[in-house]
Amino acid sequence: MKAELTTSEIDGSEVTGLAHVATPGALDLSHGTVLYLDAVTVSFDGFRALNELSLTVDAGELRCIIGPNGAGKTTLMDVITGKTRPDSGTAYFGQTLDLTRLNEHEIARTGIGRKFQKPTVFEHHTVFENLELAIKVDKGIWASLFWRLGAEQKDRIAATLDLIGLSALAGREAGTLSHGQKQWLEIGMLLAQEPKLLLLDEPVAGMTDAERERTAELFTSLAGEHSLIVVEHDMEFVASIARKVTVLHEGRVLAEGAMEHVKNNEQVIEVYLGR
Amino acid sequence: MIIERLPQLYGTKGWLVIAAFLALVCVLMPALYLAVPEDSPFHVPAWLITLLGKIMCYALVALAMDLVWGYAGILSLGHGLFFALGGYALGMYLMRMIGREGESGSELPDFMVFLDWKELPWYWAGTDQFWYCALLIVLAPGLLALVFGYFAFRSRIKGVYFSIITQALTFAAMLLFFRNDTGFGGNNGFTDFKRILGFSLADPATKATLFIASGVTLILALLLCRYIVTSKLGRVLTAIRDTESRVRFCGYNPLPYKLFAWTLSAMLCGIAGALYVPQVGIINPSEMSPANSIEIAIWTAVGGRGTLVGPIIGAALVNGAKSWFTVAFPEYWLYFLGLLFILVTLFLPQGVMGLAQRLRSKRNT
Repeated sequence: MKAELTTSEIDGSEVTGLAHVATPGALDLSHGTVLYLDAVTVSFDGFRALNELSLTVDAGELRCIIGPNGAGKTTLMDVITGKTRPDSGTAYFGQTLDLTRLNEHEIARTGIGRKFQKPTVFEHHTVFENLELAIKVDKGIWASLFWRLGAEQKDRIAATLDLIGLSALAGREAGTLSHGQKQWLEIGMLLAQEPKLLLLDEPVAGMTDAERERTAELFTSLAGEHSLIVVEHDMEFVASIARKVTVLHEGRVLAEGAMEHVKNNEQVIEVYLGR
Repeated sequence: MIIERLPQLYGTKGWLVIAAFLALVCVLMPALYLAVPEDSPFHVPAWLITLLGKIMCYALVALAMDLVWGYAGILSLGHGLFFALGGYALGMYLMRMIGREGESGSELPDFMVFLDWKELPWYWAGTDQFWYCALLIVLAPGLLALVFGYFAFRSRIKGVYFSIITQALTFAAMLLFFRNDTGFGGNNGFTDFKRILGFSLADPATKATLFIASGVTLILALLLCRYIVTSKLGRVLTAIRDTESRVRFCGYNPLPYKLFAWTLSAMLCGIAGALYVPQVGIINPSEMSPANSIEIAIWTAVGGRGTLVGPIIGAALVNGAKSWFTVAFPEYWLYFLGLLFILVTLFLPQGVMGLAQRLRSKRNT
């Protein structure tokens, strides 16, 4: 099944007015929204990690999410990727995919990729094998048993290796990489999955300044074709890439808008920036 | 596709070792047992053939254990149950083949006569057919593993919790099989077998054939497991072992992967049990005792997890030591086994295979 970008021009909605044909399981971006969360609540033992949170991300957007510890950033990611089921509220990927009803792997297959806060790669596999496991192919069990690496996939892995600057280390066990290299490998694995929406939890932690710059460049170049949500503590990095920033606080959206606008919001200064 | 990859499973050295092993098990040992006269120093006695045949069955269990523990990271402390189920499945056929030669002289197995049963219970139907029991050997442990595994893995039960449940499972099964009413001979189990497929089990040629079958099955299972762990499926399994959440977010559903390794492992244990029973001549519920299943884990750990060959060596070493120890110092075997497990865990986390690798790399530098 192809998760094709269905714009109003190509799916014929101009002809039929508001109606268009929805393909089951495929991402539908016809209304220009890639992620739609409404009144999402998650509580752990009475503590509300997310409190009626509502958030909309447009297709092709690069959104930064900031907020103090415990604001609910990681829980938000967990809800979007299916790791945590919300107690109430709705979560849609595109127009049709109800994220509250899909499993982690189903959500990943529809096109949401996630990078963890702590770089999470397969430590006992080589860099190449890490990417081989990630690339977008049939991930069923029999397909894996009889899997052979095709020329097309080899090229794809080579291109990804090149992009993340690990071509020379393709045969190295991933566990032996430096922290920054693991971050890059994980980003590479994400890209190899060909996701439509990338969730990046503190992607530049442990990176050198040069690496940060390269990451910022990469992310801005990905926006447009992909949609990105970046959770980051590093304000300088956020300022360098952000077009729109969402500030979370105590499980809700405190403020949203351009970096300049958010920076001058008094509430934001009080809870976060001013500290 | 499969044929293409077959020669690549092992290097030249590996294939030579396999060929040497097969030559030893299929030709040399049976010849020394059957053809060399008993007074010759080269004669291999029957007890040794039985002992080695038994050890090869244990090695098959250790290999199956390695597939789930070493590769998928699932520590089972109930693998003895699957082994015993395979043994009981073939045991049912062997019991039926005793015919009227039992003590009671009845068509029914002796233990049923002693319980004053007039006919076979329904679940014994068809057990006089070898093909049916051959199916049961893999299906009984396979189905149990499939159903149990499905619920356990779906509920994401992992680590020590899973191990404890498997231990409880084999313990519960043991209690069930101890009961006379269950219809599997109670605590005496099945014994006094006479023949298999028309061949007398007392005949040296039958013994040699079972011995050869054990060795060939072991090698075939090794190649099958090697094929699996060197495929992408194997890499997904090790990825699940190391970081299951990452595997999910890569778009893989770990459930069928774990279930595949788990069920296949149980089936291999069933086959091992079926090869074991006609060679030792008895199967009873003590095979399901929790201690037996723990021993399987020890063989695997001693040999080296995640190596396939290691657990085979581990099973051979521990059981070889056991047969010597239980004769020389019968009271101390369990202490020794416990000590061995502690020492291996502390000093040889990668087992014998890890030690061999360390020595090799030391020599090279």
